[in-house]
Amino acid sequence: MIGLLIRDLRLAIRAGGGFGLGLAFFLIVIVLMPFGIGPETGMITRIAPGILWIGALLACLLSLDRIFALDWEDGSLELLATSPLPLEAVAGIKALAHWITTGLPLVAAAPVLAILLNLPPEGFPWLIASLALGTPALSAIGTFGAALTVGLKRGGLLLSLLVLPLYVPTLLFGAEAARRGAEGMDALTPLALLAGITFLTAAAMPFAAAAALRVNLR
Amino acid sequence: MSLSVHSLSCARGGIQVLTGVGFAVAPGEALILRGPNGAGKTTLLRTLAGLTPPLEGRIDAPDDGIAYAGHADGLKAQLSVAENLRFWAGVFGATGIEAAVEAFDLGELLDRRAGNLSAGQKRRLSLARLLVTGRPVWCLDEPTVSLDVDNVARFARAVETHLSNGGSAIIATHIDLGLPTARSLDITPFTRRNQPVTVDEADPFLSEGAL
Repeated sequence: MIGLLIRDLRLAIRAGGGFGLGLAFFLIVIVLMPFGIGPETGMITRIAPGILWIGALLACLLSLDRIFALDWEDGSLELLATSPLPLEAVAGIKALAHWITTGLPLVAAAPVLAILLNLPPEGFPWLIASLALGTPALSAIGTFGAALTVGLKRGGLLLSLLVLPLYVPTLLFGAEAARRGAEGMDALTPLALLAGITFLTAAAMPFAAAAALRVNLR
Repeated sequence: MSLSVHSLSCARGGIQVLTGVGFAVAPGEALILRGPNGAGKTTLLRTLAGLTPPLEGRIDAPDDGIAYAGHADGLKAQLSVAENLRFWAGVFGATGIEAAVEAFDLGELLDRRAGNLSAGQKRRLSLARLLVTGRPVWCLDEPTVSLDVDNVARFARAVETHLSNGGSAIIATHIDLGLPTARSLDITPFTRRNQPVTVDEADPFLSEGAL
């Protein structure tokens, strides 16, 4: 299992692996936001947590179809399915690899971009905590979506349509925790609910993804 | 650790392809599957490998005993030959890749990226993976595609070594592999469309389409 994780991480950082693509997209979206919204500082500060969360969510979405599509195309998914690794473990490892290459860089970059959006300093820990707790759920749900659409040519758009509604609870509680933190209110409740969603998806999604993969491999 | 199949029916893409397939392969035996394109060789091998559940019938095989190799090589173009092999060795819990490298003469290519190999070299790497799986039953789907004559012979030697070590192999191929001990099985008689289909047992989608 460790071998699969190392292989996926190695593939991600090699040429054409797509590492940094989500991060670069996140940076550009957030940098463009103030241009679109205008110079009114109060406005940007107020909506900064929401913008950062939506940016992170879209950046995450960008690389989802790579989770299984590449292994499907070159036949390694079939070989993995006939290997001693259970497909549930394969799906879990793939989700983890996706989070390390996509979610984790977003968490690290968010504070820098928060300065750009003039987020109040007391909101920073809450923003980082909410992203760190919430992005694993994005990867886990996305892995399920990727497993559902794996055999389809150009399944990326369908994948987005399937996955975005499932992202709503994570976005809701994640952005709420970051907003409350920035406004100096108690943000523990949405943060706890966010953690609950993440643990639930991390526990359930590998099984759903494996079931979808089995159907698609037939 | 023998593999036996009893009155097996297999489907691909929801359409029944084979019915009533039965055979047994003992350790040390090789079975060559013959049949024209579309006869159902790939479908049978995918069913044996567990990728497609059988419609009916029974497959008696050792647990985790089947190594499958399909049309696709299953290689990562960005990884080197050694990295590709070591990954599969790790997945299957094998200790080393030396025997596999030697059997398919990959020593000089170890540090090359798999994406830069020729089609035949890729195929050799993909076949070398079978040796690191350490599994007794090989299910191979046209393993000699894009191999030259020398490498077909090299592949036949690898299969013979595998058989003499108590393994077995089921190989779908159109060429003569030069395996003197191998039995042949023509699967054409089991192909579904070669048998009379009565309306009530036909697939509902098919009969609707026919009407």
